[in-house]
Amino acid sequence: MTMENTNNNPAIRLRGLTKSFGEQKVLDRIDLEVARGETMTVLGRSGTGKSVMLKLIIGLQKADGGEIEVNGEEITSLTLVDLNRVRKTVGFLFQGAALYDSLNVEENVAFPLRRHAKMDDAERHTRVRELLSRVGMEEAARKMPSDISGGMKKRVGLARALALDPEILLLDEPTAGLDPITAGEINELIRELQKERQVSSVVVTHDMRSLQTVADRVAMLNKGNIVIEGTLEDLKQSNDPFVSKFMHESGEVS
Amino acid sequence: MMKLSPQLIAWFFILFAVASEVWPDTHPPRTAFVGPKRLLLRFFEWFGEIGYFCVQMVKGAVTPPYEVKELLRQMDQIGAKSLPLVALAGAAIGVVLSLHTRDSLIRFGAKSLLPAVIILSIVKESGPIITALVVSGRVAAGIGAELGSMKVTEQIDAIEASAVNPYKFLVATRVIACMLMLPLLTVVADLCGIMTGWIANALAEPMPFKLFLNYGLAQAGFDDLLPSTFKTVVFGFIIGLVGCCQGMRAKGGTAGVGRASTSAVMLASLFVILADVVLVRLVVTFFPE
Repeated sequence: MTMENTNNNPAIRLRGLTKSFGEQKVLDRIDLEVARGETMTVLGRSGTGKSVMLKLIIGLQKADGGEIEVNGEEITSLTLVDLNRVRKTVGFLFQGAALYDSLNVEENVAFPLRRHAKMDDAERHTRVRELLSRVGMEEAARKMPSDISGGMKKRVGLARALALDPEILLLDEPTAGLDPITAGEINELIRELQKERQVSSVVVTHDMRSLQTVADRVAMLNKGNIVIEGTLEDLKQSNDPFVSKFMHESGEVS
Repeated sequence: MMKLSPQLIAWFFILFAVASEVWPDTHPPRTAFVGPKRLLLRFFEWFGEIGYFCVQMVKGAVTPPYEVKELLRQMDQIGAKSLPLVALAGAAIGVVLSLHTRDSLIRFGAKSLLPAVIILSIVKESGPIITALVVSGRVAAGIGAELGSMKVTEQIDAIEASAVNPYKFLVATRVIACMLMLPLLTVVADLCGIMTGWIANALAEPMPFKLFLNYGLAQAGFDDLLPSTFKTVVFGFIIGLVGCCQGMRAKGGTAGVGRASTSAVMLASLFVILADVVLVRLVVTFFPE
């Protein structure tokens, strides 16, 4: 894809995306667009296929039907080589951070750089330090993932997701299980990235504070469908029983 | 035609092994009992999966860039770290063989053949198979558990998300390391076995090591050593492949990791023994006495 082209295209476009596990239909003809530089937040109850949707976007799972466009490229029909080219432009933060147990914090962040970035050891080291300090983890550079807390793992996971300067970030509950201060910092960081580098993101979250800070738009999933898509205000005003219940329970609307 | 040949027995064992492997796959207790049709289906599914796995691994292994650093790490992990265990196992076999055969040979009045019998039986069969089984236990379980826990904690997904092929980075390196290290480990087991065989023998009837070797090597040569040592490359392939495959198939949290590592050891050891049946046959055919 050339640059002129990508500017007109949305960062991510899902059309009729369908995925089932056995009998259970997790996603049922989902349509969603994330514009360039936009942060789309996906809400929904646990087990409604939010994480599955993120995994489909980078081809970690295969869709049963529908189209997925990332940076204007239809990825469901790509070969592994091409898919990997697309994956390099996407940063992914997993729900459990998914740090490599056998590598320390520093090596975890260096993993994508070591493989895909043309830089020597010194440059890489500087870059890793920079990324770690960005998420406030430079102190723990030499620690193993098993020796740091869940919140710290999340932060390292985020640093790893940012390593290759992605154009798109897919964040699976970036602030879940973090203390409010760290969560706030992570939210700020996502916001900054979006402003500075026009990073487009899809953020799956349950955290309303996070949503208020980072979200440009919100989509709410229920039973495999998007029940509402719009700004936070739209959601608050919605008359849909599921949406108003969700907002009510999360304390957004009294 | 359909007489009870070793091959037929081997197939029966394969059937049994895989069936008992896929059985617990069905997540007890809800569906603890699986009908024969379902079992048969799972059986073929398993073979299909390991076939696909194998193709992916070979593809990953031959396309550059090569994961040399990870390969070296795995060679250390699989080879060097198995050394003490393999040496000990080899040594034990040497002693046992010496004690057993000594009595039998004295009974037949063929005591002078003792060195040759020990050396030949260690080099030709005991050394390779014991090494492979010990390594199956240690390495297949380790790989199964490691990859299994990587799978259930999404680390393998994370590798893929970083645009790295896990078959190349995780699987190919481990399988190749197993294939390279097993012959070397076998040689160590052979040497330890021969040494302790001599010691056990010398304790009963003093004999210099050099004389022991001379007696033994008069009957045995490189033709005995090479095929049976290099057949362990196949054992290494089996151990690595089965360990990785079972690990990457793991699902269902920590319980799944446990199942993966148990089944990895079980299948790896069984397939090693079965492969031995076939390989011994091939060795006998292609390298006649």
